[in-house]
Amino acid sequence: MTLEEIIKPENQVYGKTPLLTETPMHYCPGCSHGVVHKLIAEVIEEMNIADKTVGIAPVGCAVFAYNYIDIDWQEAAHGRAPALATAAKRLNPENCVFTYQGDGDLAAIGTAETIHACNRGENIAIFFINNGIYGMTGGQMAPTTLEGMKTATCPNGRDVSMEGYPLKISEMLALLDGTCYVTRQAVHTAASTVRAKKAIRKALENSMASKGTSIVEVVSTCNSGWKMTPHQANKWMVENMFPAYPLGDIKDR
Amino acid sequence: MEEIKLMKGNEAVAEAAIRCGCDGYFGYPITPQSEILETLMALEPWKTTGMVVLQAESETASINMVYGGAGCGKKVMTSSSSPGISLMQEGLSYIAGAELPCVVVNVTRGGPGLGTIQPSQADYFQTVKGGGHGDYKLITLAPASVQEMADHTVLAFDLAFKYRNPVMVLSDGIIGQMMEKVQLPPYQPRLTDEQVREKCPWATTGKHGRKQQNVITSLELRSEEMEKINNRLQEKYNQVEQNEVRFEEYFCDDAEYLITAFGSCARICQKTIEILRSEGIKAGLLRPITLYPFPTEAIAKFAKQVKGILSVELNAGQMVEDVRLAVNGVTPVEFYGRQGGMTPTPDEVVKALKSKLIK
Amino acid sequence: MKEEIIIAGFGGQGVLSMGKILAYSGLMQGKEVSWMPSYGPEQRGGTANVTVILSDERISSPILYEFDTAIILNQPSLDKFESRIKPGGTLIYDGHGFVRPPKRTDINIYRIDALEQSIALNMAKTFNMFILGGFLKVRPIVKIEDVLLGLKKSLPERHHHLLPQNEKALRKGMEILVPVHVIA
Repeated sequence: MTLEEIIKPENQVYGKTPLLTETPMHYCPGCSHGVVHKLIAEVIEEMNIADKTVGIAPVGCAVFAYNYIDIDWQEAAHGRAPALATAAKRLNPENCVFTYQGDGDLAAIGTAETIHACNRGENIAIFFINNGIYGMTGGQMAPTTLEGMKTATCPNGRDVSMEGYPLKISEMLALLDGTCYVTRQAVHTAASTVRAKKAIRKALENSMASKGTSIVEVVSTCNSGWKMTPHQANKWMVENMFPAYPLGDIKDR
Repeated sequence: MEEIKLMKGNEAVAEAAIRCGCDGYFGYPITPQSEILETLMALEPWKTTGMVVLQAESETASINMVYGGAGCGKKVMTSSSSPGISLMQEGLSYIAGAELPCVVVNVTRGGPGLGTIQPSQADYFQTVKGGGHGDYKLITLAPASVQEMADHTVLAFDLAFKYRNPVMVLSDGIIGQMMEKVQLPPYQPRLTDEQVREKCPWATTGKHGRKQQNVITSLELRSEEMEKINNRLQEKYNQVEQNEVRFEEYFCDDAEYLITAFGSCARICQKTIEILRSEGIKAGLLRPITLYPFPTEAIAKFAKQVKGILSVELNAGQMVEDVRLAVNGVTPVEFYGRQGGMTPTPDEVVKALKSKLIK
Repeated sequence: MKEEIIIAGFGGQGVLSMGKILAYSGLMQGKEVSWMPSYGPEQRGGTANVTVILSDERISSPILYEFDTAIILNQPSLDKFESRIKPGGTLIYDGHGFVRPPKRTDINIYRIDALEQSIALNMAKTFNMFILGGFLKVRPIVKIEDVLLGLKKSLPERHHHLLPQNEKALRKGMEILVPVHVIA
């Protein structure tokens, strides 16, 4: 049997959305970013809004998100994506606008922009990748780093008496009247990935329906930063990250 | 003909922005420029032209909202005063790097630090020599009257879109707070979405059938590509320097002594020239209207004609460096300035010119 | 014609708005005008002053050291500006609370007890219009009709019912101004 004989429509069981470009992703094997990118691209395609969607990329590992999803993108300064998204959505209210941010971007340097965009109830979706570490700069402590977790800047483990506590920012954002939907998801199993995709769709639908700000936190692995194999990283996430960052809807209104 | 009105420079900026079809203003209160945001909020342009006005949570957020709006091809602006403008430097560097058009109005006050709320021109270096990181330039307009606050707001948008570059209107507490007669610009409609897509084919409007995605970014990790981008920026700045130099001469033709001053300080020095002329001293004033690009050639020309040049500024001597570069040693260049929110009186400048240049 | 005026007093005395009305009046008469306030926290209780210039020619500096006329409403302002009136110029002051009256002999000095009079007539809110009336009596650089037009322009519409009272205050101010020292 030749390759040509296999590649037939009737044999197809899975396809890549055309919104994902052919550019090979630069993410480490086992990283959650690629899965989340795929889910966002699929939802945009299924909602048929690729022509009017603008993504705002962060500074962090996802800085090149625009290379992978074939829509219009703006690349923000570190932490400022919600400010860019605020203007992009208000000036083109018929467009779908989302930010894609990591824990350092959203919950450290960009805390003010995040909170105020949510508090104003900007009609945007915020996709928040929480892996408890700075990936791109080489594994430093993030605001969401767990107590005792080792990183390049807390090599003996995060000491809460010195470095404070893991920041539960999604719970904080759920308190704000401007947010309509705050949920915490993961993409480590097929079932969780299906649930995460539903959450992403709901967030983008909320944006289009002007319901307020939606936040989809995805608790993720960073096996390079955590210095683990992908399999170990998933296991470690389930055992350590999930107790601190429990999955499920925090707010849905 | 539009009616002649009496208003503050800050109010004139707000009125002119609405009238020239501005799509969005994002700002944060700070003295002495808060009337810009206040006036816009009172005029409620979102009910008439559809212009978006938003009080942001900080100057950092303001300039990044401007970045986001400019990336969509919209006519957007912010305003602040010195400490707030310092906070915006990161955003300005990104905007220049991503080659986006926008207008920033700085109604300067005395520094450093929290400083004073009184007028100053101590942000000259920050504005024309960079401010943020990297090799970039802000086209800089220096209004000297309430009328120019209105006119320069309109001109700033034109230049911003012509060169896809941020434009700074470098004003100060005097021009922002004083009231004078002003004839506001005529109304121009805001561009429609179709017009924006046509005029700004690079903008992140959503693809709307466009084949290629548009990406607004200042990131390029490949050094050889980043150098090309830098070279392209420098070529653009060369064009700006060739095409956009603006200045005003006041009794310069037969001048034996030249004063250089910009903005509010130039107004004070106009009176100085009147006093000197009444005493029979042939003095003239050259007022740069664009601080970048700087009127280097004009000053070099007068350097051959005059016995000396006095640069008068509300700072410790900043523009005088550019004057000296232009003069290149051909004639003596002296400096007189007041700092910390103090302003010289016209007579004080008369004395300074006599003691420093005539002796 | 060119008149360079400083109006100075406490914040809350209506210094800035008096200057504004004067500037508007000049505008009504087609003159070049500038209004340059001290600004910031001073407006809210400290000393406040405003430089108003009315001229037939283009105005160069909105900031001046010397003035044709000084309208002075408290002692600190007199201490600061008395020496900065041009020889032959005019000083108008409200005498209330002054312990060091003006000393210059080369200028015209007028006193107007506007604070006392406006309180006595239950018109304290129009205090600054008494002062403006007094100024126009000795320096009739704008017509009273234009002042009223200027007032109308600078007042929000919800305050327009106060216009007659302001006119009354203007005319009263003209009556109660007294010369203290007038040079030949």
